[in-house]
Amino acid sequence: MKVTEPPSSELSFSRPTDDTLLVSLAGNWTIGNKLPSADDVLAQIKSGSRIQRITFDTEGLTAWDSRLLTFLIKVIARGTQSKICAEKEGLPPGVQRLLVLASAVPERKGARRRSERDTFLAKVGVSAVDFCRSAVEMLNFIGDAFIAFVRMLCGKSCFRLSDFILIVRECGAQALPIVSLISLLVGLILAFVGAVQLMMFGAQLYVASLVGIAMIRVMGAIMTGIIMAGRTGAAFAAQLGTMEVNEEIDALKTIGVSPMEFLVLPRMIALAIMMPLLCIYADLMGILGGLIVGVVMLDLNMVEYYEATKAAVSLKDFFIGLFQSSVFGVLVALSGCLRGMQCTRSASAVGDAATSAVVTGIVSIVVATAIITVLCNVIGI
Amino acid sequence: MNQQEPCITVNDLTMTYGSFVVQKDLTFTVNRGDIFIIMGGSGCGKSTLMRVLIGLKKPAKGKVLYDEVSFWDAEPESRDHLMRQFGVLYQSGALWSSMNLAENVALPLEQYTNLSPSQIREVTSLKLSLVGLAGFEEYYPSEISGGMQKRAGLARAMAMDPDILFFDEPSAGLDPISARLLDDLIIELRESLGSTIIVVTHELASIFAIGNNSVFIDTEAKTMIAAGDPKELRDGSPDPRVRNFLTRGEGGV
Repeated sequence: MKVTEPPSSELSFSRPTDDTLLVSLAGNWTIGNKLPSADDVLAQIKSGSRIQRITFDTEGLTAWDSRLLTFLIKVIARGTQSKICAEKEGLPPGVQRLLVLASAVPERKGARRRSERDTFLAKVGVSAVDFCRSAVEMLNFIGDAFIAFVRMLCGKSCFRLSDFILIVRECGAQALPIVSLISLLVGLILAFVGAVQLMMFGAQLYVASLVGIAMIRVMGAIMTGIIMAGRTGAAFAAQLGTMEVNEEIDALKTIGVSPMEFLVLPRMIALAIMMPLLCIYADLMGILGGLIVGVVMLDLNMVEYYEATKAAVSLKDFFIGLFQSSVFGVLVALSGCLRGMQCTRSASAVGDAATSAVVTGIVSIVVATAIITVLCNVIGI
Repeated sequence: MNQQEPCITVNDLTMTYGSFVVQKDLTFTVNRGDIFIIMGGSGCGKSTLMRVLIGLKKPAKGKVLYDEVSFWDAEPESRDHLMRQFGVLYQSGALWSSMNLAENVALPLEQYTNLSPSQIREVTSLKLSLVGLAGFEEYYPSEISGGMQKRAGLARAMAMDPDILFFDEPSAGLDPISARLLDDLIIELRESLGSTIIVVTHELASIFAIGNNSVFIDTEAKTMIAAGDPKELRDGSPDPRVRNFLTRGEGGV
């Protein structure tokens, strides 16, 4: 079958009387067709200065849609500007009615958004003010969380034990597979990098102390912290954000239950308990990763490796790692819950809350690690 | 109503979001036993007004008095005490999605009464059967339909036998028959429990079926432009905007 070319649109002009411009439209005026520009009509208006009226002839018009309307609106608007009256009688009745409808409600003054470009200084100022406000909000939140914690210690606040157990399971046991995989691989990588260097001196055995100290003192805590920020921090923010969107948090407030005590507190306690446990597990998995490299690649004896690790790692390192991971647990839970509670009422806000919970969580973990490391250095442990 | 005992008095209330004024100079009285309608066009601040009344949003100016007690000037303890006398049905039901229906209804009871677990279970089942959801105790909110979620939300709102019940757009998203059943339920609650009921809605059928008092707030004027029985407002309001609203635009403006 031969594909017929759609009839193209045509525009022509004539001057039936001296002060009238007759615009003839013909062919197919639809979206996807190449259309003449309204500027052609404007050029005609400008060329003949005595034109008082525009009339239309649409005898040859075969099809039309919104493209014709936008064309006509432009022509009519420009005509009105130069005090030329456009007579719509020649147009198809449907077009006439739609034109009336489009101009029925005048544009509301001030409704159109002005796109203003702020100056650089204004932008800096606005972000500085925003930063201060969010810092104050964060401090408020931490204060509220602390008060809720104290109230719980006094036995005044209550959350449901079943909720708490569920959260513990979600952020503890269910995180084990991913924590195993990541820490095993991190141990493996550390051992590989160390082995290449240490083999040059024939000091392969020191791979054990390298992996042991690195995992137990810092890496175990940092890796679990980052995994939990991505896994649980984001989940907390999304859960609380969705509850905000569904008015569930309002419903809690109206029955007089503080969302801080009922929702935030169990999450923070659960993560603060589970994070050190996960960290111990991550330490073990990391050492196992190092052991695999030691045995397979460096021909070390398993007992030898074990003894070397035991000799290198002190209990002090272990407690520093454990302390770090409980700090990270509180930080991740805080940032997740904070962003969730700050969420506004829309679906995209929930996504933003989850993203910003992860970013806040990871940044605060790295900053806290730096601070703790410097402090340990200063007090000499 | 014969006895006109004021239950809630709103005095010169102004509500804002930041510097944007939503509504100003609101003054009206809700009498005990009223079914009081807060009506107005979309986006005029009806739900915001309800949030102020139930204590979720602080007004910029003005007072909300519950039996002579000014809610926003009261101490936090007495404010909590007042809030405990409210039941609120939110627009979307707002059931706590991590709990089943029985736990949803039971939570306020667990918090504020010293009923034993078995007594709480009895009360919970009673409330659910009052809204026609007997046997759905173990279902989670995501497993039931929107209309059922609303009714479950109502069961939760009634859990503490509140003096004042608030409804935010009860018929939004319901088919005409479910909406009608909910209206009947609201009237039934007023008759049998003697509660004062405040309904935020723009559903004309509901407004005339249940309301005996109302306030009409307007977007353009940013304040209330009528108050009283909605049926009388429809037939005899001097303000054409109110007549127009209550007759679906046939009041002639």
